[in-house]
Amino acid sequence: MKERAVVLASKHGLHARPAAELVRLAGRFKSDIKLTKDDITVDAKSIMGVMMLAAECGSEVVITVEGSDEDEAMAAVAEFLETESE
Amino acid sequence: MVDIKAIGQAEVLEGIPASPGIVIGRAFVLDTMRPHVEEEEIPAEHIDAEVESFERAIAETTRELERLRSGLVESLGEEQARIFDAHLMILKDSMVVNGTIQRIRDERQSAAFALTETIGRVTNVMERTEDEYLRERVFDIKDIERRLLLRLLGRKHKTLHHLDDDVIVLAHELAATHTASMHEERVTGFATDLGGRTSHAAIMARSLQIPAVVGLHEATEVIRQGETIIVDGTLGLLVYRYDQAVLDYYLERKRKHEEFERDLLVDKDAPAVTVDGRRFEVAANIEIPDEVRSAMSHGAEGIGLFRTEYLFITGDEIPTEDEQYEAYRGVVSLVSPATVVVRTVDLGGDKFGPMGAPEPEANPFLGWRGIRYSLSQPRLLLRQLRAILRASAHGNVKIMLPMISSLHEVRDAKQVVEAAKQELRARGEEFDADVPLGVMIETPAAAMIAEELAHEVDFFSIGSNDLVQYALAVDRGNDRVAYLYDTFHPAVLRLLERTVRAARKHRRWVGICGEMAGDPLSTLLLVGLGVDELSTVPAVVPEIKSIIRSTSYAYARRVAAKALKMKTGSEVRRYLEQIFRVKFPEISETEMIT
Repeated sequence: MKERAVVLASKHGLHARPAAELVRLAGRFKSDIKLTKDDITVDAKSIMGVMMLAAECGSEVVITVEGSDEDEAMAAVAEFLETESE
Repeated sequence: MVDIKAIGQAEVLEGIPASPGIVIGRAFVLDTMRPHVEEEEIPAEHIDAEVESFERAIAETTRELERLRSGLVESLGEEQARIFDAHLMILKDSMVVNGTIQRIRDERQSAAFALTETIGRVTNVMERTEDEYLRERVFDIKDIERRLLLRLLGRKHKTLHHLDDDVIVLAHELAATHTASMHEERVTGFATDLGGRTSHAAIMARSLQIPAVVGLHEATEVIRQGETIIVDGTLGLLVYRYDQAVLDYYLERKRKHEEFERDLLVDKDAPAVTVDGRRFEVAANIEIPDEVRSAMSHGAEGIGLFRTEYLFITGDEIPTEDEQYEAYRGVVSLVSPATVVVRTVDLGGDKFGPMGAPEPEANPFLGWRGIRYSLSQPRLLLRQLRAILRASAHGNVKIMLPMISSLHEVRDAKQVVEAAKQELRARGEEFDADVPLGVMIETPAAAMIAEELAHEVDFFSIGSNDLVQYALAVDRGNDRVAYLYDTFHPAVLRLLERTVRAARKHRRWVGICGEMAGDPLSTLLLVGLGVDELSTVPAVVPEIKSIIRSTSYAYARRVAAKALKMKTGSEVRRYLEQIFRVKFPEISETEMIT
């Protein structure tokens, strides 16, 4: 299991379009990917979960990844969150 | 204005009177048409079936959205269609699907209730955020929820049928699609937070002859689900938490109103002939075919406006030629030998069908709507014209084009009509080859070029709602500026006069089918201006006829001439009200208690 804290790059947080892209990205990996912000933990492969998380205040997100491709998954998700979208 | 609080204890919200009458009943607060779902525990043996029906609803809704998406790709391109990707993802979402199934299995909740609970958990968090963009996404999620619920409940409960018998529908805002799907339900009244006298909720309420008040601002916030309320559509009030004295007052008003309506019906079939012998046609506007019966039972002498939008906005698919033909033929045969004026579809503005809305327009009412929309979709227009022409074989039909602002549009549309006729001839179908073609006069431009239009078409019908809106630059649905919407504004009266004069000069038939035609206060004025026909919601047909029968054409002409010389709309209104109180005291008393 891997865990890493990242600071969201976009000042708008996780908008629906980026949220959908994040979910699609997460879906490419076999690993379980969870995101935690404040007290809420959600499945990164769930659009509803990601949108719910996006609604919470705070710009720091903890990524938790567990599975056979956890290194690649962590790198991809962290890069997505740390890069300004559009 | 009657002071309800002087009669007894009550809370009163003031709005805009949209459809007269009084109804006392239980409030059903609509959450943008999200069906009402009650918590119920399901028997253990039903769990599998419940899960299955949920999965089926997901599959069907997915197909529905994929269809909408591919329609959007075709018309507007891939980029716009991506809006639906988030929708489709929600339908596949593990949190939604697994969360709901888990609730059904573990807590034995019905699929509908389990879904609202699951979704509510997410939307509750999202609604609290300050991010406006995300708050708007809640609307998308609720839209998906609504689509799923309609499928789930539709199969089991026939949507709203299992609700209380008599409900007064309270909504923030009612769109045409909402009112169309509510038609057969037991809705006894409407009250909405937004909207003006000519918003769709208001027009529909008058068609259905149920009392309505619009523009209440906060009704859906202060009224509790199931609370007993009074909708006073005559004065534009919503009364709640009232005592016996207020209730007694309203029961008495309700009785008087009903008595007055009954009296009018006695003479409903007598023609509208003035005391000096001039006959006027009084016809009815209908939105859906079911209303024909109500129109005929109120003594309407034909259908002056058959709106066809319902065919296009209520279903999932664009109606086929045969489906349209059946709908038009049904109305035409029922009304025959009287005439039905069928208006080609007036999509755009705030109404779009399964073909989907285009990218948002900054000014939809100045944009792609009416004839502009139809001419840009010639195959759709051709299909509708073929259907209307085929219906013309079964009675008297006139075809009318909406939103005309130039001669080019009329000429282009005439070519499409010709093409439709040729196709039908080639197929050997029957139709009336001389079916009259007319235009709506609803833009100031059309009124100004009425003479030129008279050369091109057989008849006019004045759509006063839009004509007023465009002439005065007032959004009729915006309750902040609705007070500026004034049918008696001198600019409006002069456009009316110009239109009628052009029609007279070229011996063209001219009707009026807007709200103004159904306002008893306007009747003398319109008759005096010299229109041939007044077409209105069915409920007021007897009243308009009775007003025409009790006046002389000579007098009405003097009234119109005098009104045309006045400088402001309020001056005209005061003048007409004064005449009205003297000439029609019984209507004044029931309709306009001031």
